[in-house]
Amino acid sequence: MGRMTFVFRRLLQLVPVAIGVTIICFFMIHLIPGDPARTILGIHATPRAVALLHEQWGLNRPLISQYWLFLDRLLHGNLGQSLYYGGSALSLIISHLPPTLWLITYSSVLAVLISVPLAMIAASRKDGARDHVVRAVPLLGLGMPQFWLAFLLIYAFAIKFHFFPVSGWGSGFFGHLRSMFLPSLTVALALAPVVIRSLRASMLNVLGAEFVTTARSKGVAGKRLFLRHVLRNAVIPAVTVLGINIGFLIGGTVIIENVFAIPGLGQLLINSIFQRDFTVVQGLALVFAIMVILLNLAADVAYASLDPRVRFSR
Amino acid sequence: MSAIPLTPQPGATAPPPAAAPGARAERGEARRARRWYTQPALMIGIGIMAVILAMIIAAPLITPYNPNAQNLNATLLGPSAHHLLGTDQLGRDTWTRLLYGTRLDLRIAFIAVLFPFTIGMILGSVAGYFGGWVDTVIMRVVDVVIAFPFYVLLIALVFVLGPGERSIYIAITLVGWVSYARIIRGEILVAKRQDYILAAQSGGLGSVRIMRRHLLPNVITQAIIYSMSDIVQDIVAIVTLGYFGLGVPPPTADLGSMINDGQNFLSTHWQLTTIPGLAVVLVGLGLSLIGDGLADLLRPGQA
Amino acid sequence: MTAAGAAPAGTVLEVRDLHVRITSRQGTVRAVDGVSFDVSAGEALGLVGESGSGKSMTLRAVLGVLPAEARVTSGEILLDGVNLVTRPQSELNRIRGTKMSMIFQEPMSALNPVMRVGWQIAEGPQVRLGFSRARAAERALELMRRVGIPDPERRFRAYPHEFSGGMRQRVMIAIALSCDPEVILCDEPTTALDVTIQDQILRLLARLCRESGASLVFVTHDLPVVAQICQRVAVMYGAQLVESGAVADVLLNPWHPYTRGLVRSAPDFDYVRESLVPIPGAPPSLVNPPPGCRFHPRCEFVEEDCRVSETPLRLLPGGRATACLHYERCLDAAAADRAQA
Repeated sequence: MGRMTFVFRRLLQLVPVAIGVTIICFFMIHLIPGDPARTILGIHATPRAVALLHEQWGLNRPLISQYWLFLDRLLHGNLGQSLYYGGSALSLIISHLPPTLWLITYSSVLAVLISVPLAMIAASRKDGARDHVVRAVPLLGLGMPQFWLAFLLIYAFAIKFHFFPVSGWGSGFFGHLRSMFLPSLTVALALAPVVIRSLRASMLNVLGAEFVTTARSKGVAGKRLFLRHVLRNAVIPAVTVLGINIGFLIGGTVIIENVFAIPGLGQLLINSIFQRDFTVVQGLALVFAIMVILLNLAADVAYASLDPRVRFSR
Repeated sequence: MSAIPLTPQPGATAPPPAAAPGARAERGEARRARRWYTQPALMIGIGIMAVILAMIIAAPLITPYNPNAQNLNATLLGPSAHHLLGTDQLGRDTWTRLLYGTRLDLRIAFIAVLFPFTIGMILGSVAGYFGGWVDTVIMRVVDVVIAFPFYVLLIALVFVLGPGERSIYIAITLVGWVSYARIIRGEILVAKRQDYILAAQSGGLGSVRIMRRHLLPNVITQAIIYSMSDIVQDIVAIVTLGYFGLGVPPPTADLGSMINDGQNFLSTHWQLTTIPGLAVVLVGLGLSLIGDGLADLLRPGQA
Repeated sequence: MTAAGAAPAGTVLEVRDLHVRITSRQGTVRAVDGVSFDVSAGEALGLVGESGSGKSMTLRAVLGVLPAEARVTSGEILLDGVNLVTRPQSELNRIRGTKMSMIFQEPMSALNPVMRVGWQIAEGPQVRLGFSRARAAERALELMRRVGIPDPERRFRAYPHEFSGGMRQRVMIAIALSCDPEVILCDEPTTALDVTIQDQILRLLARLCRESGASLVFVTHDLPVVAQICQRVAVMYGAQLVESGAVADVLLNPWHPYTRGLVRSAPDFDYVRESLVPIPGAPPSLVNPPPGCRFHPRCEFVEEDCRVSETPLRLLPGGRATACLHYERCLDAAAADRAQA
């Protein structure tokens, strides 16, 4: 079956998940203790404001009808109004999208650039000294808070040595490239241990595989052997791992954006929380979930493109 | 840093090559070598954690200061005989706050891991054992939860539920049960095809009894191994929430809020941000080593 | 066949006193312990033995594709008179595929799952013979036809998992033939196949070798297979050679108790025997092999000197060789069997 059919099939499978996501986002209001409207408005809770919110969200109606209202507005592209700024939550979110997209892409690229060589080094001399060093990295990395790592990097490369700016995302393409390097590096370093571990394991698997011996028996060696035979097969499970961890990649951006003062979705999230702008928080949760779902789909497509066995057996 | 590895444990040691019959004596030796006290990773991990736990339990004995006691005459001091690690911007002793903060965060993390473990195990077993629409429904719910990035959902939930310890437990439970559910379900799917389960079923034992007495004890090891890395993940999450001011409210000593307090002084007093983070890394290292050691030890089907 | 001394003229491959060691947790495994044989042009030599007898390792040592833990510690491998053991990897790379190639046992795992089959066949000529892409593809198509893969133009772009087991093995054969080698090493190529397919593949192999004049070294544990395709056979036990000679001679009239045991424990489809007689005991440890003759703990004719004396392969009249110190006992036992039947 063609690629398009595959994508279409998967999208169809994702519909229930998407609906579930909207249900959860909807339900967030009802987790609020007490009267949601009053709690959210906090000190701004004038009777009129409260009544307005009740009206907007239909808090007086039965649950199902509330959800229907929510879903209906959603499908019309309306994520509600920002309680803090008053404007459309959706346009607020969209305006903060580019830096986050930059961060995600940059981090993924850096993660791959870091992981592949390190995994190669570890796999080439299994149980050697280099292998043990590379495998020690996940042990340290698992317990390391990303924002703490960010501080270390800031201190080292932005304060001590002024290679990179301390915060902000710069202007223009090259400005972004420079300003976003440290933040992306932090996220990449968070992701790298897991990818390295998985890539190393799959490389070891492949290196020991029969078909590599076949290739060697044909006289294939060196770069060609590595690229066309070893790496080409080893990346397949690694793509899966990367796909599984997309959620953490994106979650990491929330934290990193705040540490580095990058005006993306993550910063918007934290700011909205402190501004008690519930609508935007809810909208962001939705947008994040959708991003994860779409990126997972992309990872699936990549996986199917790389592995011919999967393509045809779906 | 809390990404999910594809398999929860690394292949730290390769199993011995297929035994030639003459190597039977050698296999017995290998079995003896797997006693837990000879696993280096496990022992180092236990060692680290023992030291840390001893220190934080004995905190009141080790340090004379109250972690919240401010002393505005002694702010931002460097390390000295009076203040082992110096003081922060409100004159509070850093070493004391470190001990109490670690104690608090560890306590919350250890408790917080119990609920997702239990709930995930129950739901995972039910899904795996009964299959059918029960399985489909539960797995759909899992798909929905994991569609949200971990921190996004965590932060949003803590925000919605209000500040405080209770919210942290609820939020972590609501988000964290999915990993356990998947692991247990996977293990049960494999285990329930084993012959001893078929024997129990044909002997007329009820489903619940089979699940409880026969399946669970065998599948629980994977969950326990995973819970080690999950505790580390929870600690990092709690510290991160603290950093954003969404965790336990001030002025309680908490590693995350300590880092937050210190970040304004990064260029001058970098130890205020660095040291709490090091504590987290160290705890994470200890627990990860224990987890890896356990994984090697309990690897099914070996020796 | 000689145990020592010069090989006959027309010898393409000669292995002299080959030793391969594997380092493992349990100690050093002597995987190949002093093996010598030679193969003439156009000849098919069978290498027979149980699992773990060292036959696969021997092949891999000859081609130079031993696993990382294994090393050739002494001996010579002479291909057209050139000793491969002393040659650097770069030169071995040139020899592999062009002068010598290998066919593996499990074609599903021996073929790259993400590379199209046609290009896998074409890769040898591309890399080693410097063919252009187009020319290599043509050659691959030609080879596919020769090995009997139907509809080669379409199958060229297929992936290994789309083929059946027998077809995959044909692909492997095509790969092995792609650069016109002088010697083809076969590591149990039919073991993983159905019996009917086995027969087809064996006939194909035999025909192709006759047509191209290539020599075969055919490793297997299956005696009837050896009988079908080989002219000479060498029997391996415990990492050593214990007997060799013409196939009919060795199989019908074994001169070593182990070979005799093998023959008696194998079902024969030509006539129904009274009973299959298995060989008692288990294969020897290759880390600490038994002293003297390695087969002595399981041998029905064992004598005192078998437990202590070295048992090198000895050349006997009629082009046969055996390592057994008391091989006449086999002759006597065979005569007794015939008398009974």
